[in-house]
Amino acid sequence: MRHLLDTESLGRDNAIAILDTAQEMSAVGEREVKKLPALRGRTVVNLFFEDSTRTRISFEAAAKRLSADVINFSAKGSSVSKGESLKDTAQTLEAMSADAVVIRHWASGAPARLATSGWIDAAVINAGDGTHAHPTQALLDAFTMRTHWARLTGTPSVGGDLAGMRVLIVGDVLHSRVARSNVWLLRTLGARVTLVAPPTLLPVGVEHWPCEVSYDLDATLEAGVDAVMMLRVQAERMKASFFPSAREYARRWGFDDARLARLDALALKDTIVMHPGPMNRGLEISSGAADSPRSTVLDQVRNGVSVRMAALYLLLSGDMRAAPTPALPAFAQPAAKDHP
Amino acid sequence: MGPRRRWRPRRCDSFGTATNLLIPSSEAGKGDARKLASTPAPSGQSPSSAATPNSSRTVLSAADIDRALTRIAYEILEANKGSANLLLLGIPRRGFPLAQRLAAKLAATDPSIDPAAITGQLDVTMFRDDLAHQPTRAPQRTELPATGIDGKVVVLVDDVLYSGRTIRAALDALVDLGRPQAVRLAVLVDRGHRELPIRADHVGKNLPTSSSEKVRVRLAEIDGPGTADEVVIEAGA
Repeated sequence: MRHLLDTESLGRDNAIAILDTAQEMSAVGEREVKKLPALRGRTVVNLFFEDSTRTRISFEAAAKRLSADVINFSAKGSSVSKGESLKDTAQTLEAMSADAVVIRHWASGAPARLATSGWIDAAVINAGDGTHAHPTQALLDAFTMRTHWARLTGTPSVGGDLAGMRVLIVGDVLHSRVARSNVWLLRTLGARVTLVAPPTLLPVGVEHWPCEVSYDLDATLEAGVDAVMMLRVQAERMKASFFPSAREYARRWGFDDARLARLDALALKDTIVMHPGPMNRGLEISSGAADSPRSTVLDQVRNGVSVRMAALYLLLSGDMRAAPTPALPAFAQPAAKDHP
Repeated sequence: MGPRRRWRPRRCDSFGTATNLLIPSSEAGKGDARKLASTPAPSGQSPSSAATPNSSRTVLSAADIDRALTRIAYEILEANKGSANLLLLGIPRRGFPLAQRLAAKLAATDPSIDPAAITGQLDVTMFRDDLAHQPTRAPQRTELPATGIDGKVVVLVDDVLYSGRTIRAALDALVDLGRPQAVRLAVLVDRGHRELPIRADHVGKNLPTSSSEKVRVRLAEIDGPGTADEVVIEAGA
């Protein structure tokens, strides 16, 4: 059985296979009949223990475009609020013969638990767990960057990677599973990643990550950059005060109109500004930057459907009964690393 | 019904380049596992000296393939009573270069034809009936001419016709892309053993085979510039 739990264990070949498949899937969204029969008769369960807009809708659209049946489950209004455990919920799904479970959970490692405990037989796709990983978000970010990078370098995007691309990931790295998944995936694809954050919003042990760390956004912009990824300030996870005031954060680490103009002044005309959403306009990103031609926020959402179609297709279309296929051997991950 | 919105082909940046395939299977995204149309031969190595454990014989040489395609091109024009409304859709991987060659031959006889404008590629991976029972296949690009396929005479082009399942998948794929006026089928080799009621309109060569044999088609566009075009039958294991 194969799963997509994190990007740390995702090999380069598999990552590029997913991106290439996503590239072909993206053509489906432009057709008259936006549907492929590949997963006809398969059941995909969206198991959401945490609020989500675009990830859930994106997974639902992806599964439906592949003709799978979709069951949406959100913890609110379900028996989870009566105290049902993850195991019982999972086994209920198993009894309904789900072929794939897309899970978002507030606890880091819940998808890995689901995948490795033997409770269920279905493929597990991590749609974000705690502060651990969000692999499909990282893949869609990489997909967006690869399209941009291929246009810049004049190479075909299919089969390509991000070798040499300079990427900044700015903001609340401490609470961000998006940043964690991106750091590993971008490393695998050959990009040079720099994290920029206030010291209080960097996790313990960040010096061991395969990336550089900086506290000064303006200095890293001066050094030249091809993509700036702004992270959401996750106020709902902040149990302590990590910066003095929202205004100070916005001035020092927010991508505001002045920094947008600075990119033009630095002759970085091809630098894109990314955000995984939902955006706190005026805090980590200004409206001017979010709506500028550099912004890829809506491209990211569009690419999200293609990437999730690719992940569902590659995980579900192989041999139903036999062991892992040679195409995607390394998805299973025994245990998830839990960050504080 | 309102006016139909046309599917717009995407700009293509990797049209038919074999080097971009990531799934190492020689037939990724394509036909039956049993069909085994080809594996790339080391370039420069002549096919007769290829050290294969099984006996293999060449049934079509490069010149034979060229003559067969020329004849098919004339047959297509004759059956269509001219070149009006004609589209050639190749099925990846080797059907597409064959479609391009046919289009070039059509253009040679009828100068009003723009070969690039009537040639396309139709990926059938997602429409196959054996997706759940085969190793995962990477989908290939579908690329239609700008005119779309509505009201056109679509000629599907493939290298080897065997069980007919690839063509069934192609017919399903076409339905999702539009409504052609007619669909025809041109293949380089018909090796028999049909499992579905499907028949080719234009055949380069009928090749009686045993189902244990393998028919390999080598084309320079797919298998590398050094490869000579040929069709080979290899004895099965």
